[in-house]
Amino acid sequence: MKHIKVLGTGCANCKNTMSMIEDVAATKGVAIELEKVEDLQAIIGYGVMSTPAVVVDGEVVHAGGMPGRDSIEQWLMG
Amino acid sequence: MRQNILKLSRNNPYLFLGVAALLWFVLYQQLLPLSQALVSIFPVDPASHLGGALQFFFYDTPKVLMLLTGIVFVMGIIHTYVSPERTRAILAGRKLGVGNTMAATLGIFTPFCSCSAVPLFIGFLQAGVPLGITFSFLIAAPMVNEVALALLFAMFGWKIAALYLFLGLTVAIVAGLVIGKLGMEKHLEAWVRAMQNTGAASAVTNQHMGWAERMDEGFRHVSEIVGKVWPYIIGGIALGAAIHGYVPEEFMVSIMGKDAPWWSVPAAVVLGIPMYTNAAGVIPIIEALIGKGAALGTVLAFMMSVIALSAPEMIILRKVLKPVLIASFIGIVAVGITLVGFVFNALL
Repeated sequence: MKHIKVLGTGCANCKNTMSMIEDVAATKGVAIELEKVEDLQAIIGYGVMSTPAVVVDGEVVHAGGMPGRDSIEQWLMG
Repeated sequence: MRQNILKLSRNNPYLFLGVAALLWFVLYQQLLPLSQALVSIFPVDPASHLGGALQFFFYDTPKVLMLLTGIVFVMGIIHTYVSPERTRAILAGRKLGVGNTMAATLGIFTPFCSCSAVPLFIGFLQAGVPLGITFSFLIAAPMVNEVALALLFAMFGWKIAALYLFLGLTVAIVAGLVIGKLGMEKHLEAWVRAMQNTGAASAVTNQHMGWAERMDEGFRHVSEIVGKVWPYIIGGIALGAAIHGYVPEEFMVSIMGKDAPWWSVPAAVVLGIPMYTNAAGVIPIIEALIGKGAALGTVLAFMMSVIALSAPEMIILRKVLKPVLIASFIGIVAVGITLVGFVFNALL
């Protein structure tokens, strides 16, 4: 099971990123644990400067803007 | 159709760029005759007010949208080269002066969204970018951006766009310099101060990108930006057309015109501070104000104030800045913008 966190202070793109990841996981049938991190100090703790950012199993894989569908599939399947 | 275009842009990016650029230029050259042809379809006299308004609308709408699409596409590609992380690395440890100039200039090209202003602010301080230089970046990034410049260029010509660029950068550089000289570090929240110069935390590095991926970013940027702002633009041009075609009521002239009292510029700036909208949202207002005889300097000062200073951004920044620093930030930028308004009015 993959632990995925979306970092962001609550802008529209962060919510879209969340639902896109949920959607991809559902269509691919991958079990994930999805968490939203809104606390500023926690976000900064990841070294992220532009949100939304995505953390997969503790590793920052994406920052600044919505990730593409292809990238999400790679994170989930890889 | 869409699939085929995407396929071409992936398989043969240079060919695609060449063809797209050529089509763009040819179409752009034909806009005036096309708009005249379009007006002649309607049963109105082209010399009448309504004819003039229609002509203005049919010419300006595609012109502005085409320019915006072109510039936003190019900026989307540039963004794949300039990440906030890279900008931060360039600015770390710079001296005041040169550093401020670089920060403001990089602010034009670095992707920036006001919703991530705070992580960015702290990320800069963490990596050892001085406070004043960080502020230069934070002021320039939203104010002097490609959307504002493209719209000013399309609607008012390159001279106005260039003046806006130059004076916007000047405000960002000087305001950052002043904040840096004042030694405001003690007005950062304690937890932020503790993070200053702690070294940059690890950041995602963009894996090597090919041209096809960079162009995909360009497309994505266009659909994100142009997809969001087009209603504002059409609304603005429609408003402009209405004013253009009919005799403007000159009721703004007395309070915002050339011979308005001296306080009209500061009043416009103060009015703009709490207001929040992006560059596209403010353009319709500007069209309307200029159409009704407001002076350009006053209007541009208003525009800068609306874009650069906003209540929501101040509320976010309050998490990292103490009230004294927020007040100084607003005060210094507002004074800078006011001076810009006076200079503009005096020059034009």
